[in-house]
Amino acid sequence: MAILLRRANPLPGFVPATGLTLIYLSLLVLIPLAAIVIRAAGLSAAEFWHVVTSPEALASYRLTFGAAFTAAAINAVFGFIVAWVLVRYRFPLRRLLDALIDLPFALPTAVAGIALATLYGSSGWLGRPLAVLGVQVAYTPAGVFVALIFVGLPFVVRTVQPVIQELEIEQEEAAGSLGANRWQVFRRVILPALWPAVVTGFTLALARGIGEYGSVIFIAGNIPGVSQITPVVIVTRLQEFDYPAASAVAVTLLAISLLLLLAINGLQQWRARREGRG
Amino acid sequence: MASIINEASVGSPVSGVAKTKAVADESPWVRRGLIGLVFVFLGVFLVMPLAVVLSGALAQGWDVYAKAVADPDTRSAVMLTLWVVAITVPLNTIFGVAAAWALARFDFRGRSVLTSLIDLPFAVSPVVVGLAYVLVFGRNGWLGPWLSAHGVQVIFAVPGMVLVTMFVTVPFVARELIPVLAERGQEEEEGALSLGASGLQTFFRVTLPAVKWGLLYGVVLTTARALGEYGAVSVVSGRVPGEMETLTLRVDMLYQNYQATAAFAVASLLAVIALVTLVLKTYLGDRKDDAKPA
Repeated sequence: MAILLRRANPLPGFVPATGLTLIYLSLLVLIPLAAIVIRAAGLSAAEFWHVVTSPEALASYRLTFGAAFTAAAINAVFGFIVAWVLVRYRFPLRRLLDALIDLPFALPTAVAGIALATLYGSSGWLGRPLAVLGVQVAYTPAGVFVALIFVGLPFVVRTVQPVIQELEIEQEEAAGSLGANRWQVFRRVILPALWPAVVTGFTLALARGIGEYGSVIFIAGNIPGVSQITPVVIVTRLQEFDYPAASAVAVTLLAISLLLLLAINGLQQWRARREGRG
Repeated sequence: MASIINEASVGSPVSGVAKTKAVADESPWVRRGLIGLVFVFLGVFLVMPLAVVLSGALAQGWDVYAKAVADPDTRSAVMLTLWVVAITVPLNTIFGVAAAWALARFDFRGRSVLTSLIDLPFAVSPVVVGLAYVLVFGRNGWLGPWLSAHGVQVIFAVPGMVLVTMFVTVPFVARELIPVLAERGQEEEEGALSLGASGLQTFFRVTLPAVKWGLLYGVVLTTARALGEYGAVSVVSGRVPGEMETLTLRVDMLYQNYQATAAFAVASLLAVIALVTLVLKTYLGDRKDDAKPA
């Protein structure tokens, strides 16, 4: 890659800055990740397939993706409402709530994990009333879902908020003065302007949810085949010193993360073009 | 990652809203309903977990709390965590500044690939990061035999915990600085150079003061994440209490050993740091937006 680099700016510092960036990223990020791919490639195709499609692994993919997808969808709906209310309405405690949105980014995942496990546990503030209703969250797949709502909450809100801020109220007023009711204005004027940001936030929350570990393990129960997420399968193989199997499952997870990263980049470029043109 | 929204509209509500309220706004009942919904949703998913940490920490009174926090193993966890932060944050800050300079000031082939690569650590599961470092530095890893022949242990030791924390926090400073630098343009820097300033003088006297709020914002995010990393560190840690435990690993260990009150006491320290981070983020986010050219 370095050979292809070519500067196009009179400012100094191109070679040291780019060189440091490339070396640092290679040593810290690329070479270690390559180690996983190479270790997994040591398996024959049949062995690889056997490991990544074992019943335990398949059950973990279903749980991880199912929970991450549903949690991201819930966050898309509620995140949209939260962003709308925080930008458009004025009410007491608004600034406090706004600052609190980033709590899942700032609170260590292990702390969130033990807090959620206690909150939804059999004697927890929410666990006890839910148990009366016959719903058990802690130590079941539902626990994974709840933890991933917490972890993904800021993504949609923070992606959608600036776009709502930029909306031109004149357009809504014009639609209104032409006889559209509020619901029609929402569907025809507001939603078309906001949904690309909602989709981006959804994808970010999904990507985060798929790799999440700390906030999930305490509440999930981690029963193989039932409430075990894919990262826990990797840790289990690692603790058995089965490095090739751990690497094979990790490569699967890594491939999906990369696809989502590409999707996020694509979405952001598409939004930049679309919003630039509009 | 997410910037705090700008507060320009708070002091002076957009005048159009007031005039045509009936047309451009939801009915009062819809408003009240939505605000109520937001309070319930954020109350259940943000406020209650936070309250559980604080109430769990004080469940057996202040004496038990103070004892848990003053425990020698907790104190050594604080020290180790601070060490990890003290190594990670400066190195990643230097990297972030260099990366932002390269990516925001120069156009070259491979630039967009490099930009995506910087984001890569955000997309990788912490557990996968830990595994990667075990495969490179572990006993059966690429460098493991050579390292152990020279008496260096990386995995199940402190160097590994520092390295995975660096991996996880690599993107923050660069991501904050790139847009700030790109938005400012480079006329001032070109001016300083044409007046005879050296490259480094220009950087320290012109560039750095202009982007300081964005830089600080990135440093705060890096610090918060480095203090709180758990998954990657737990994979490469030796888990020796009092020796190889960061604060998050200490929380985990106490909780697994049915010492919930002590676990929440240590967790409350991290929760307070998280709240301070939120305050700093809000403050720096405002400063950062104010610093933008109109």
